[in-house]
Amino acid sequence: MAITVHCDIVSADESLFSGAVEMVVATGSLGELGITPGHAPLLSDLRPGPVRLVKENGEEEVYYLSGGYLEVQPGSIAILADTAVRAGDIDEAAAAEAVKSAEQAIANQTGEIEYAKAAAMLAEATAQLRTVQTLRKKLGG
Amino acid sequence: MAIGKEVKTKIASIGSTQKITSAMEMVAASKMRRAQERMLLGKPYSQRIRDVVSHIANAVSEYKHQYLEQRDVKRVAYVIVSTDRGLCGGLNINLFKAALRSMKEWSDQDVEVDICVVGNKAASFFGAVGGNVVAAIKDVGDEPLAQDLIGGVKVMLDSFDQGRIDKLFVVSNEFVNTMTQTPCVEQLLPLAPAGDERLSHHWDYIYEPDAQELLDGLLIRYIEAQVYQGVVENKACEQAARMLAMKNATENAGEMIDELQLLYNKARQAAITQELSEIVSGAAAV
Repeated sequence: MAITVHCDIVSADESLFSGAVEMVVATGSLGELGITPGHAPLLSDLRPGPVRLVKENGEEEVYYLSGGYLEVQPGSIAILADTAVRAGDIDEAAAAEAVKSAEQAIANQTGEIEYAKAAAMLAEATAQLRTVQTLRKKLGG
Repeated sequence: MAIGKEVKTKIASIGSTQKITSAMEMVAASKMRRAQERMLLGKPYSQRIRDVVSHIANAVSEYKHQYLEQRDVKRVAYVIVSTDRGLCGGLNINLFKAALRSMKEWSDQDVEVDICVVGNKAASFFGAVGGNVVAAIKDVGDEPLAQDLIGGVKVMLDSFDQGRIDKLFVVSNEFVNTMTQTPCVEQLLPLAPAGDERLSHHWDYIYEPDAQELLDGLLIRYIEAQVYQGVVENKACEQAARMLAMKNATENAGEMIDELQLLYNKARQAAITQELSEIVSGAAAV
């Protein structure tokens, strides 16, 4: 039996693969990487592209990733896959959106808060009413 | 029989409320199962990236990333994860209490506090109590996506990069089980190295392409992953809490209907007795 190493491929939404492999071939930003058991600790980012795994019995499995990170530790290999397609300008737009949303929340907070206040007052009144009813029932019954 | 009619309408209205709450309970139960699945699916990623980051914190690197440096604390920031909708018991308010308690500790030391809110409830709460809300992510929905959170997290990371804030916390509910959800405050930045004995010797990664570029990207992913996991977990908490609240409401409505039914029966009985005695005394008079 060939020497194997434990490999995990995970993305934020799910675990894609977990098991023993003989070799991992991935596309790093500086080119293709082939990782076999006993590789030195390595940290690399991954380009969008396929990741090929050679499993214990020589079977091959291929996953397509839209980018991510690869970590090699003496006992294990971890591939952290991205789910979202990332680009600097998209992140920037999302950040601006979040700030705008905060400003809006402060500007028109009155509606919801007053509703919440009214709901609390209503609940209080209902509770009082119920107490009175119970008391009356006790006295009358 | 005026009183009888009033009670009857009251019983009918509570009955329809009970129908709604029991329907909401069932909806929450099925949503909770899905939310729990999502939470479990996301766990391996956040666990792995946490491992990788704690390895990095332990590595003896030529490049020290600023997320790993402890700074003097002048201003801290909180990411507060709440629900979009109400009717989930004390889930949000307990979380806000925990957040406010933690914030007070900082403000007592003259440290200013920034807030990034996730979910509509936190947005309206911290708008009302007057926190310094710098970013808001609203309408996350039942199936939160990682990319929805990127914007808010980026605002906080940018202010950390610029030295505006010196510590970043995330406040969210931890899903213990269906009955119990506990609010917890976790420190995201700066990263604390994990004390792993096996990694205590001097070593470092081979970085490809170079350490700075790589760590910049990876640590941002780490923070996002932690916040995302918090949001997903909070979602499961929300559904569990709502299920419990609606179950209680349904039971309470049942009790109230029983009480009112008794009241109605008594009133009817009294009326019948009164009529009978009137007839009897009328007959006796004749």
